[in-house]
Amino acid sequence: MKKIYTHLNKITKATVELTAFDVGNEELAIVDGRYAQVVKIAGDKVTLQVFSGTEGIATNAEAFFLGHAPRLAVGPELSGRYFNAYGNPIDNGPEVDGIITEIGGPTINPVRREQPSELIATGIAGIDLNNTLVTGQKIPFFADSDQPYNQVMATVALRAEADRIILGGMGLSNDDYLYYQSVFENAGVKHRITAFINTTDDPSVERLLIPDMCLTAAEYFAVQKKEKVLVLLTDMTLFAEALAIVSNKMDQIPSKDSMPGSLYSDLARIYEKAAQFPDGGSITLIAVTTLNDGDITHAIPDNTGYITEGQLFLRRDTGVSKVIVDPFRSLSRLKQIVIGKKTREDHPHIMNALVRLFSDAASAKTKQENGFDLTRYDTRTLQFAEQYSKKLLAIDINVSIEHMLDTGWKLLHQFFEQNETGIKADILKKYWNHNEIPVQ
Amino acid sequence: MNSNSNTATGIINGIISNLVSIEFSGSVAQNEICFIQHNNVNLMAEVIRITGNIAQAQVFESTRGLKIGTAVQFAGHMLEVNLGPGILSRKYDGLQNDLEKIPGLFLERGSVSDPLDAERQFDFKPLVQTGEKVQACHWLGEVKEGWISHKIMVPFKFSGEYVVETIASQGSYRVDETVATLSDENGTIHSVTMRQKWPVKKALPGYLKKLRPYKLLETGIRAIDTLNPMTEGGTGFIPGPFGCGKTVLQHAMSKNADADLIIITACGERANEVVEIFKEFPELDDPRTGRKLMERTTIICNTSNMPVAAREASVYTGMTLAEYYRAMGLKVLLLADSTSRWAQALREMSNRLEELPGPDAFPMDLSAIISGFYARAGFVELTNGLTGSVTFVGTVSPAGGNLKEPVTESTRKAARCFYALAQKRADSKRYPAIDPLDSYSKYLEYPGFRDYLDEKIEKDWALKVEKARDILRRSVESSDQISILGDDSVPVEYHEIFWKGELIDFALLQQDAFDDIDQSTPMGRQRYMLNLILEICDAEIRFSNFEDVGKYYKSIINLLRQMNYCEFQDDSFKQYQIEIQKILTSRVEKGAA
Repeated sequence: MKKIYTHLNKITKATVELTAFDVGNEELAIVDGRYAQVVKIAGDKVTLQVFSGTEGIATNAEAFFLGHAPRLAVGPELSGRYFNAYGNPIDNGPEVDGIITEIGGPTINPVRREQPSELIATGIAGIDLNNTLVTGQKIPFFADSDQPYNQVMATVALRAEADRIILGGMGLSNDDYLYYQSVFENAGVKHRITAFINTTDDPSVERLLIPDMCLTAAEYFAVQKKEKVLVLLTDMTLFAEALAIVSNKMDQIPSKDSMPGSLYSDLARIYEKAAQFPDGGSITLIAVTTLNDGDITHAIPDNTGYITEGQLFLRRDTGVSKVIVDPFRSLSRLKQIVIGKKTREDHPHIMNALVRLFSDAASAKTKQENGFDLTRYDTRTLQFAEQYSKKLLAIDINVSIEHMLDTGWKLLHQFFEQNETGIKADILKKYWNHNEIPVQ
Repeated sequence: MNSNSNTATGIINGIISNLVSIEFSGSVAQNEICFIQHNNVNLMAEVIRITGNIAQAQVFESTRGLKIGTAVQFAGHMLEVNLGPGILSRKYDGLQNDLEKIPGLFLERGSVSDPLDAERQFDFKPLVQTGEKVQACHWLGEVKEGWISHKIMVPFKFSGEYVVETIASQGSYRVDETVATLSDENGTIHSVTMRQKWPVKKALPGYLKKLRPYKLLETGIRAIDTLNPMTEGGTGFIPGPFGCGKTVLQHAMSKNADADLIIITACGERANEVVEIFKEFPELDDPRTGRKLMERTTIICNTSNMPVAAREASVYTGMTLAEYYRAMGLKVLLLADSTSRWAQALREMSNRLEELPGPDAFPMDLSAIISGFYARAGFVELTNGLTGSVTFVGTVSPAGGNLKEPVTESTRKAARCFYALAQKRADSKRYPAIDPLDSYSKYLEYPGFRDYLDEKIEKDWALKVEKARDILRRSVESSDQISILGDDSVPVEYHEIFWKGELIDFALLQQDAFDDIDQSTPMGRQRYMLNLILEICDAEIRFSNFEDVGKYYKSIINLLRQMNYCEFQDDSFKQYQIEIQKILTSRVEKGAA
């Protein structure tokens, strides 16, 4: 028998307090028909966070406890389905029949993890060549709101050859939600998709449940089914802002940028679910963190950068009128595991040489803009940079890594002398005249 | 606090996140450990505040599902580690649970395991005789633990003088078997096993006095060894924004540093980075000894998703293990990545305790806590006249890359070496991104250390290092002038000065951590390279114009970089050497003519 409480002692914008016994920390409750969760217990006073807000809740509202933390039924039936933040279907489909699992479960024992070692090819050279992704990795796109990050992420997801794609939408605009839906349906991959969606129409605090829902489903497929799972989380900035709202309502002292002091741990708990499991399954996590006018020193991108294994920056290269993956600020920390090992041996060398020369071009550009004379070398680097942006960095490229490497050598050949590349002698010797096919 | 037998009990009366309030009866000490009896598991917690009969404790596990009224048993001691043979090469969590022994893919709540191996036999050799007078930390005997001879000591908690009543004869023993009995001043007999315990938050005694560090601790990293050297028993820290290579740098140190033992504390950082060590170190050879790297490495692994309170404990656990091996006369290098995560763990608790916050909401005593921790490192003389050392290098992850934040500032006061990682260097892929001008080693000012360098490397080595730094400094100034005034509008000498700095940067400072040869440079080779580079810088060459300067230095830099990829003094190395000499001779003559 459920005990029903009919008196609330205290109501704030986001929380209610009532007198109750035998309540577990983090337990779910229903208050006036809305989902709520225990966030604080002091003696017999229980504080509940009401996800959808407390507007209109009266002191005599009915409340009862569910006896468990938030949970999700996991099973094969999750395939091709769309859910809200509580794991309830939003696609008019039936309830999922599966194993009931509490979300936000225990962490993997680090000694049981495998080292990520499988390359994820996306066809985008700004990623595959310069910032190679690996299964089990966690990496965000750092992007300004006006950049096409959702499109790039959808492209990556479709090309990545994952067994399963789990989309977590937090504060996703309805337009973007429909965009993802249509992209997945047109590509004929709907059966590989599971999505948990909180749109801008839904209460913002609800989105706090989205990442854990996604990762609980992901762990089921990766551990039980040994699948290669790709989790997409967009937009983690809105998730963090919801954390800040709750922490503020709980009277916690804010730290940098009004974010809660526990932001790092809160984000790490999510991102660290990415893993390569010993039996072949893996969870790869690609997220979006929107920036405020490119500011990466803000607490959200800053803490994220310390947690994730690199970050990808999108930038518009006005010289060639294309969106490129910025080679300077982007980084994939796990690329060292695969480049030159799973890919051709010259990969790390050509990658570094091209980026270094592109950086010389950037200095030349500054010189040019300040009205100084350019040296012949400066002019060559500028010509190179244009080709490099157009043929390799642009996000609309879709070629094999082998092809990217060959293109790289072609560009070096075209604009530079051997000793200007800084490449190890034996690699230079082997590849300088390696291919004579013209670049397409 | 000494362990007291009248341990208190209590019940939970409040929960907020991982902070619980416990109504207790009996006596409870600050920092005492207690166990919350939740369903069938014991959740470990540490008392951090006591008011009347209410103790507040930080729980080392998730508190999900925990209810008011749950029973709590106090343990009567602070958080302790087990010290004894069998620690080497282990992978512990922040509370010293042996992670390998915990079954299953996930770390379920309440999982615990013995840090030592109770069944393993060790070959014991006595070092004292009956009747001998001994004190705490006196070596009673030794066992072989891998390749080191692990000393079995009079427990550190013993105070006063003792007489050896019995000592085990040479043979095989388990860690919990009695190997000695000692009688105290009152004639009471105490038996001693190979396992002893020590509270992590107290500095482990076990030495006679601390000495001023004077010996170089080689790391194989040129930007450190040559420009900003670390000493045995020294302290240093590496602040840097994300993506600047803090972790790669620490890994390089752990692979190549000339220490007997390495203890790595992965404190609130990425799990995959620790996995890299787990997978690679058992395969990699220690270049100095030929043994596997894992044989000298112990890892404390409390990654960012593991409980926050245990993260705070992990740095102390690492330090206590390091101090324990130092008391055996060993040279220990302790690395912690990252101390900022530890500070954040302190902040989270301080916040929940509703303490008045200091800068950036960190606790007010942050600076004192950090300097107290760094002070535990050091080069010491043991009671038997031998020396041992704990060298400590921590990384700091400054919020927003701003070095004026509280953790960086507090650490700067405590550590003697500063390895600043610069975003600008990382962006242009100049690795390691140690900024040569902002970074410093205070040890270069120590007369004892300068004497050591004079003797072990070469006479006036420190002066050469300063010269190199001056060249770098002037190079930056010239570079600024050039970019303000333009290539043509400055004298050619400006370009020369600029390129000399670039030469030092590319050929000496930059080092490929992923190349088999370049990743570690022994001191002899560093000496050779610095001398060669200074020789090139000193050569007087007349250049016709600034483009000629760039061309000349680029060709020299290219040759020096190729040299860095070769084995020292092998055929191709010598070939490049000859080429450089050729260029030098031809240019100097041309210039003169």
